[in-house]
Order: sequence, then structure tokens, then C-alpha cells
Amino acid sequence: MTAEPLLRVDGVRAVYGDTVALHDVSLDIAHNEFFALLGPSGCGKTTLLRSIAGFETPAAGRITVDGIDLLSLPAHRRPVNMMFQSYALFPHLSVERNIGYGLEAEGLGRAEIRTRVGEVMEVVRLGHLAKRRPAQLSGGQRQRVALARAIVKRPKLLLLDEPLSALDRQVRASMQLELKRLQHEVGLTFVVVTHDQEEAMSMADRIAVLNEGRLEQLASPQELYADPGSRFVAAFIGTANLLDGEATADGVAVPGLGEVRAGHALAAGSPATAVIRPEDVVAGDDVSGGLRGTVVDTYFLGGASTISIDVPGLPAPVLASVHGATRLVRGAEVGVAFGRATAVPRDPSEPPSFGTTVPTTAIPVDEVQDVSA
Amino acid sequence: MAEATATVTAATTTDAAPAPAPARRRRRRGILVPLWLGYVFLYLPIVIVVVMSFNDSRNLFVWNGFSLRWYPELFRDGAMMQGLANTLVVASGATLIATVLGTLLAYGIHHYTRGGLIRAFAIAPAILPDLLLGIGLLTFFSLLSVTLGLHSVILAHAVFATAFVTAIVLARMANLDPSLEEASRDLGMGPARTFLRITLPQLAPGIVAGALLAFTLSLDEFVIAFFTTAPTQPTLPIVIYSMVRFGVTPEVNALATLLLLVSIVAVISAQRLTRLTGPER
Repeated sequence: MTAEPLLRVDGVRAVYGDTVALHDVSLDIAHNEFFALLGPSGCGKTTLLRSIAGFETPAAGRITVDGIDLLSLPAHRRPVNMMFQSYALFPHLSVERNIGYGLEAEGLGRAEIRTRVGEVMEVVRLGHLAKRRPAQLSGGQRQRVALARAIVKRPKLLLLDEPLSALDRQVRASMQLELKRLQHEVGLTFVVVTHDQEEAMSMADRIAVLNEGRLEQLASPQELYADPGSRFVAAFIGTANLLDGEATADGVAVPGLGEVRAGHALAAGSPATAVIRPEDVVAGDDVSGGLRGTVVDTYFLGGASTISIDVPGLPAPVLASVHGATRLVRGAEVGVAFGRATAVPRDPSEPPSFGTTVPTTAIPVDEVQDVSA
Repeated sequence: MAEATATVTAATTTDAAPAPAPARRRRRRGILVPLWLGYVFLYLPIVIVVVMSFNDSRNLFVWNGFSLRWYPELFRDGAMMQGLANTLVVASGATLIATVLGTLLAYGIHHYTRGGLIRAFAIAPAILPDLLLGIGLLTFFSLLSVTLGLHSVILAHAVFATAFVTAIVLARMANLDPSLEEASRDLGMGPARTFLRITLPQLAPGIVAGALLAFTLSLDEFVIAFFTTAPTQPTLPIVIYSMVRFGVTPEVNALATLLLLVSIVAVISAQRLTRLTGPER
């Protein structure tokens, strides 16, 4: 970030009773950036968003937008707007009046409100629904009203709390594109909170991964995927084969498997994990010099296939990804070789689990597809 | 039903549902018998009062043919009409106070307390024995040397009515999406404007329901009014009570029927309003 950042979060700490929701989180967000706060539920991402909006008061730290100290302002005076997870549309007001509500608050004249509401309804393609009540709209339409209501205020920063979680899968995909389009069109800075790594990856310019109130890593989606900074990030972003062991000069020594050569050598002897993406695993009859395993299953996903291989000595199968269809069938004996691997530090308190396939929860087959595509 | 059974013969396992239905329905009906007996016990006296209000006889317990004579007679009864007027003044006044205070109380409790004891204290007057409230308020008024009259009854009724309004508005509030108020503030409306433009309209059904309930409760309240009013300004229930002691005329039945009508209308509209926007989300 060369230019002055739009939003600066500096050492923000949030505490609820005995639990610390945010441990001194600092980050900068640039003008016109599409920024995502990503993490599992309870990681503090929503607390941070609500602190920026003014609905939570951090115990310490500073939040500034364009140099304006936000924490000294009440929520209704902050130059930021939020799109709520529940959308929070006012049930007793029409679409039009919902959208114009924030302009009425500014004390603008009727004519100007009407013009601006009309413009914004065109942008989100809601013109024909102006007189409807929120209860008469579909989920996708409500989402667009909520969005219109926030952007009509032309905020310096638009905060979106799990903007797509209330939509069903198909609508969600088109709304992702829609949000991207809008962000370019209106030229606003978006901060999206999400627990869905796929959503964050496909929309955001940069992603801050939060875990248990701490900022794990802040980077572009590509960088997070290729160079995860921690075992947590590697596990959370995309699909990965994780091999826990100890760092060596050239990679990670995995018990029962030997040394896996990996980039980013850490201090020798420190707990480390080798991260190998499925597309960096080569499997086939003709592969030699690596490991031997048995094909457990293959998943054909159209553009790519995922092969799950049981390797003796590893409790979880190794996932390999290839373009198109695979000729391998269940039960086949294959050689397995690892291509590019990255070594990341591992929290020693985490029990080493050899050859864990990530994410920790089983990934549905259709999500594997998106990652390898 | 006949149609259904005809098709069932063809279908085997999948259409098993319609077959046992008649048996189940019969069993249901049996279960309902005690319920209906209970209802008879509850409503029979009321039905008798209503029927007897159209009795031509002066004797309360002997049916002597249909007549509407007690209704005009009721309206000619000066004491009764004065009592009714007093009661309407009290009910209106108490309802007004209770609605405003109860709504504000509910808002405050919901937003600024974590519940428990404060909530219990706000709602307790609704379930405290009337006798206790009556004696307590009388003591309180005489301690402060407040003269007794309709104003003291209004204040006394406002005490328990406020509790009812608070309870109903709190329930309504608990069902509101808390992000509505946050959204309003986020869009630039301060706390006061948010309350007027978002919170109040959302609470309106609960507030109206609470007000109607407060009104009907005050209308026929006897014990507390008896303690806190001046002997010269009796409310309707007190007037009736003193009449009963000197022998009841069928006018009382006519009056009871009219009051019943008012109460039913109020309660039904209160229910309608609470349901109106209830299950919206």
C-alpha cells in the first residue's frame, strides 16, 4: 500500500467478559479495494466489522477512515454504511422508502431523494419493485434492496456482513458476480465478512484470515493459496494435503514418510507442516521414486478429477487433482510423488496428525472442483 | 373420504396415511370431551346472564318470555349511568398512562438491562393479589394525604395496567430483529428518530394490544377501585355490587351483557393485532 489507506485499524482489542474477541488486530484497507474478512465463526471477524460500524466498542485501539477517528463518533455519524446479514429491511416501508431512508436522515429534499433513489434502483435493477413491501420480495431482491439502501448514501466504506449467506446456492453465484460488478460501477470500497473461503477467494482483492481473534494472514487470494503463512490458513483456504513433522534445512521431516522437500525453510527442528495442493501431487503407474499407494476413489468433476489415494503410513488418504478424466480406477496400485510443497509453522500444541487431508471438515465434491479449477 | 378409501385399495404401502384416519379422528373426539365439559363450566354462567338479560320477568331466576325492556331501563338508571361514566373516565385515564409508561418501560428494559430482577419487578403488579395492591395504594395515598376520587383510582389502575402493557410490548420487542434499529442508526438516524420511525411502528401492534387489554381490565376492576375511590364517586363494579346487596334487578344482566360485548371486541382486536405482524419473519 503506497497511498494513504482509506481504513486503518490499529491495535484493536475487543473483550467480552473473560473472552478476548480480538487480540490487537491491525490492518489497512486501500481506496476502492474489495476486502474480505475471512474466518470460521467466532474468529472475531463480525466483531471487527461491527466495531467499524459503531455497534461494538473496542477495549483498545484506533479505527480511522480517511484520517477521521471513527471510535469517537456514534454509529449514526460515521461515514460508513453496513449491509446486515438479515438485511434488516424496514418491514413497514416500501422498497423506495427503505432506500431513501438514509437520505431522509441527511435531511435532503424530496426531489433529490427521489432522483438518487431512482438512480440507485436502476443500478441494482429494482425499478419495477419500488412500491413493494420487503415481505413481498424474494431473497435475492431483498438483498439488492439492502445493498441499494447502503450505497445510495455514497459511504466511504461499505461493510457487508455475510452478504450472501441467506441466499440459496444458485442465486449466490450470480450475486457474487453482481457484487463485483457493483463495486466497480459505483467505485466504492467494500469490506465483506464471510466464513466461506470460496466466496472470499472469488470476490476479494485481498483477504484477512482471522482465527480466534488473531490476524493469521493478510494477502491476495492467490498468495494465500500458494503461500499460506500458517497451518490454519493452509487448512482453511482451498484443499490441501497437510503432512505434519519437523522443519529441516530443505523441507519437513514427516515421521514415517521421510523428508518432504518444501519451500520456505523454517528454523530446523521447529514444528512444521508440509502443505501440498492436490494439483501438485502426481499419481500414476509410471510414477516412481516416490510413495506407493492404492486408489480409494476417483471423483470426476468435469474439468478436473480428484483421486483419493491411500498411502500406507498415512492415516488419511492423499488427494491428487488432474485435468479432465483420469484413467485410474479404484483399487489400482500407483506411485505418488509430491511436486511443489510449502512448509508452514505448526502450533506445537496441535497434536501432529500425519498426512491429514484438509479442510478439517469433509469438503463436498463440488467445492473441490472450484478450488482446482 | 369414500373416494380416498376407494383409491387406497389399489395403493399399498405409500398411501397408508388415509386408512387409519377415521379411527384416529374418533379417538380425538373422545379426548375432547373433558375439554368441552371444562368450557361448559366456564361459560355456562355467562350464557345464563346473557339469556336472562332478555327475560321479561323481574324475578332473576324465572323465565317469563322474551323482552328487551331492561336495556332502556338500564339507561334510565341514573346511579348506574354515573357509575358507567366514572368507569369510562378511569379506564381511559389508566389506559393512557399505562400505555405510555409500559411502552417506555419495555423499551428501557429490553435495551438497557439484562433482564432478571428488573423485568420481574416491572411485571409483578400484574400478578400481585388485588387486595394487596388495594391496601397498599390506600395506605400510600393517605400517607401522602392525597384526596381520594377518580384520579386516585386512575393512578391505582395504571399500576397494574402498566405491568400488562409492559409484558405485552416486551414480548413483541423480543420478536423484533435487533438489526432494524442498528440499520436505522447506521443510515444516519439518531436514537430518538430511530425510536419514532422504526421502533414505534414495529411495536405498534403490541402497544395497541396492551392498551386494549389495560382498558378491559380496568373496566371491571373492583377490589382496587373499592379501596382507592371516594364513596361519592363509585365506579360501575362498585355500583353493581351495592345494588346486588339490596336485591338485583335484571338491569344488571343487561349491563353485564353489554360489558361482555365490549370486552370480547377488545380482546379479539387485541389478539388480531398481536398476530397481524407477529409471524412475519
